[in-house]
Amino acid sequence: MSQSTHLDQVTIRFAGDSGDGMQLTGTQFTNTTAMVGNDLSTLPDYPAEIRAPAGTLFGVSGFQLQFSSHEIHTPGDQVDVLVAMNPAALKVNLQHLRDNGIIIANADAFSIRNLKLAGYEQNPLEDGSLEGFQLFSVPITRLTREALVDVAMSSRDKDRSKNFFALGITYWMFSRPLEVTLKWIEEKFAGKPELIEANKKALNAGYSYALATEVFTTTYTVEKAKTAPGTYRKITGNEAVSLGLIVAAEKSGRPLFLGGYPITPASDILHILAKYRHYDVKTFQAEDEIAGVGSAIGASYSGALGVTASSGPGIALKSEFIGYAVMTEIPLVVINVQRGGPSTGLPTKTEQADLFQAFYGRNGEAPLPIVAAKSPADCFQTAMEAAHMAIKFATPVFLLTDGYLANGAEPWLIPDVADIPEIKEPLALAGEEYLPYKRDPKTLARTMAVPGTEGLEHRLGGLEKEDLTGNVSYDPENHHNMVRLRRKKVEKVAGFIPPPDFSGEERGVLLIISWGSTYGTVFSAVEEARKQGRQLSWIHLRWINPLPEMLGKLIHNFKHVLVPEINAGQLVKIIRAEYLVDARGFDRVRGLPLQTHELVEEISSYFEEQ
Amino acid sequence: MNTIETLEQKEKKYTKEDFTSDQEVRWCPGCGDYSILAQMRRLLPDLGVKKENVVFVSGIGCSSRFPYYMDTYGLHGIHGRAPALASGIKLANPDLTVFVITGDGDALSIGGNHFIHLCRRNIDVTVLLFNNRIYGLTKGQYSPTSERGKITKSSPYGSLEEPFNPVKMALAAGATFVARSMDRDPKHLEATLLEAARHKGTSFVEIYQNCNIFNDGAFEKYTNIKTRFDNVVYLKNEQEYRFGRENDKHLFWDGHRFRVEEWKATEKPLTHTTDNLPASMEFALAELSELEDFPVPVGVFRKRQAETYDALLTKQIEEVKKSKGQGDLQKLLESGNTWHVD
Ligand code: SF4
Repeated sequence: MSQSTHLDQVTIRFAGDSGDGMQLTGTQFTNTTAMVGNDLSTLPDYPAEIRAPAGTLFGVSGFQLQFSSHEIHTPGDQVDVLVAMNPAALKVNLQHLRDNGIIIANADAFSIRNLKLAGYEQNPLEDGSLEGFQLFSVPITRLTREALVDVAMSSRDKDRSKNFFALGITYWMFSRPLEVTLKWIEEKFAGKPELIEANKKALNAGYSYALATEVFTTTYTVEKAKTAPGTYRKITGNEAVSLGLIVAAEKSGRPLFLGGYPITPASDILHILAKYRHYDVKTFQAEDEIAGVGSAIGASYSGALGVTASSGPGIALKSEFIGYAVMTEIPLVVINVQRGGPSTGLPTKTEQADLFQAFYGRNGEAPLPIVAAKSPADCFQTAMEAAHMAIKFATPVFLLTDGYLANGAEPWLIPDVADIPEIKEPLALAGEEYLPYKRDPKTLARTMAVPGTEGLEHRLGGLEKEDLTGNVSYDPENHHNMVRLRRKKVEKVAGFIPPPDFSGEERGVLLIISWGSTYGTVFSAVEEARKQGRQLSWIHLRWINPLPEMLGKLIHNFKHVLVPEINAGQLVKIIRAEYLVDARGFDRVRGLPLQTHELVEEISSYFEEQ
Repeated sequence: MNTIETLEQKEKKYTKEDFTSDQEVRWCPGCGDYSILAQMRRLLPDLGVKKENVVFVSGIGCSSRFPYYMDTYGLHGIHGRAPALASGIKLANPDLTVFVITGDGDALSIGGNHFIHLCRRNIDVTVLLFNNRIYGLTKGQYSPTSERGKITKSSPYGSLEEPFNPVKMALAAGATFVARSMDRDPKHLEATLLEAARHKGTSFVEIYQNCNIFNDGAFEKYTNIKTRFDNVVYLKNEQEYRFGRENDKHLFWDGHRFRVEEWKATEKPLTHTTDNLPASMEFALAELSELEDFPVPVGVFRKRQAETYDALLTKQIEEVKKSKGQGDLQKLLESGNTWHVD
């Protein structure tokens, strides 16, 4: 008989060949775990190649998930359970497994050939090298074939169901119901009865195998997390961005237009929005990145909410047009789902190294507001804020997310649409006295007159504008004035955005300043450090341009300022330049989220120094 | 055309002054651009659209100053990218009448990619390509339509490049209206532009435009009234390919290529058709401008009805709405698996 153990939180990692369906398996485990009511955070980690050569180290695809009975903010540093579908997956991921962690390995995949490909001289499942772990060596391929003996398909095709067998084992182990996945299989493979049968059978067989054999002695339960009441769903960053844009469009009365071009890891925004024609969403897959942003600007000029979404290399191509939107003062949301760079870099990995690109990546003085999402679900709110400020200030706005946020998932408390405020920003009307570059003194924003408005015909362009009239002007003083006005306008955004997250005392030894997707790691690290008795304060920036007004005063009240980032130190340079403080960076640029324990150690060093 | 529309137009009868902005025109005196501007201002009253629904979009170059001189909506864009702006403008508001003003460098060099994809998609905009075979605004470098061997500042020993043939490109890229006209033939220009503007779908007009500063006389052979008729064959729907001062020559199609022959009235003379010319003839006709001893065809090469991208998009939206119902935001947010916490 197995025994049942309560756990507070668990980190599990599914790993296999990029053709083994590990992303799908991890996503299913996530969906089920969300329905069970745990808090969770995920980290898909996969190679850029669609089908890297089977069995190789660089072809390993992983999906990590932390779930818990309390609030969590990261996908976990160390893994408690590793599901390894082949030797390469074991080799690559063993370093992340904690001492005495659980390994579920597909013994059938540990052939001589695969061992060699992974660089093992002996079979680690048999040579005792995994002694410090709880090893469950299961012939998953063979058992899957046996379970599917009555299904009319080739053994090759049957082998494709082995990930469901592995998933079944983990469902038993963590006391998860099968229903969510069974239902999903039916929907996903509708019209292909043999696939429905095979995958369902494999899932059930895995579960029953774990239940019936006495290989596994313990099941684990993780209680529901205590979260605020309401209706929840699981959401990824790219989904949340897409939904936020649709809501902002409807709330502003400006139909959504997305001009895009396929690029990892931003394409999902295009895919998702393309489905919503019945929400009056127009998506336009342009011939290139430049046309993507150009069409979005054109659409905004016609009165739509123009948006373009890409990643670093694509943003580089768009930069001339973004500067054009700065000059013509046309609303535009530019989403950069950051990935590892430079150049093509690490397309499927995460990084925060495009902050400078957002700040400075244009010719001339071309300031624009920048907001960064802090978690997958926060992408919803930031997308709405970005759209709102773009419309309100007639300006391009950068929304920075990254590969981790885009593909990572967490539970999301679904808001009531009626509670989301309208975005009421008027357009100029026929019959009004109209000067294209006359500004609202509160925002310094100009009012747009869109084509179709009688009597307000006017011309805009990328040449310098004369104040008020918007006519072409080469006048030196006018240019100086316009450069200043465009900068001041961006500064005015500060008065219309929510304050940053701040915790701790207003003076002390250490202030941490973070931005974007490091939120979860910093949250956990700060929590940990405080448990150790460190008195520290933390400010997390969502809007990075303009910087929050309160920061200027606050920052000088601390002996040390630490800025953790997944880049070689970008925000830290901006902070140093802006406030003349000796801020220090903390960076690990590995294409992965920062690790909590590393940051805790770094924090400690500031206190030990004293 | 129904009577209501006609009445409305009567009420709103514009003159060319209505389309003239208060900005001083800043092209070099004698530039061919003036004529194009004048014809555009003249034809717009006849187009029968409200001027607030007209948008001129341009790129960068001498020609691209054009929108500033029209009292309509206008966007002076960035180099080569006018088609991208125009696509977004038209797709966001299909009621607008959108013109793209571009040049040989703008459309065929830096903006080549956008240009061909605009044609391919058949978005309902009208493209005017001012071809002067030179970079004017940057003061005289060879362009993608300059002839091989051309001596310019950037090709002091002669350009090494074969020029593009803009009409051939537009035809190959799938534009549904393709024509050529000339700055110095104002009547033909006005009529061609009007026909282009009326066409639903991507309309392309190559306009031979003289840059009297950096490439004077590039089209003299065709535009000078003394030599024009021996060097130009005007394309007219349902009419023979006749040309010559005495109208005494014509183009004969031998099944493979065109030949210039003396005109003889025959029983079944070959006539031009704009909506279903075989590809081989269409292409051969476009190629004549590159060949010695042939007249340059001026007029409409192709005018074909086909569904426009903008109309298809509108239709698709309606269809999805019909099958799925108008979207409901709350339902959208709650899509997928949800769970409730009390
Ligand atoms: S440089 Fe040539 S094309 Fe440009 S305005 Fe002068 S004459 Fe016209």
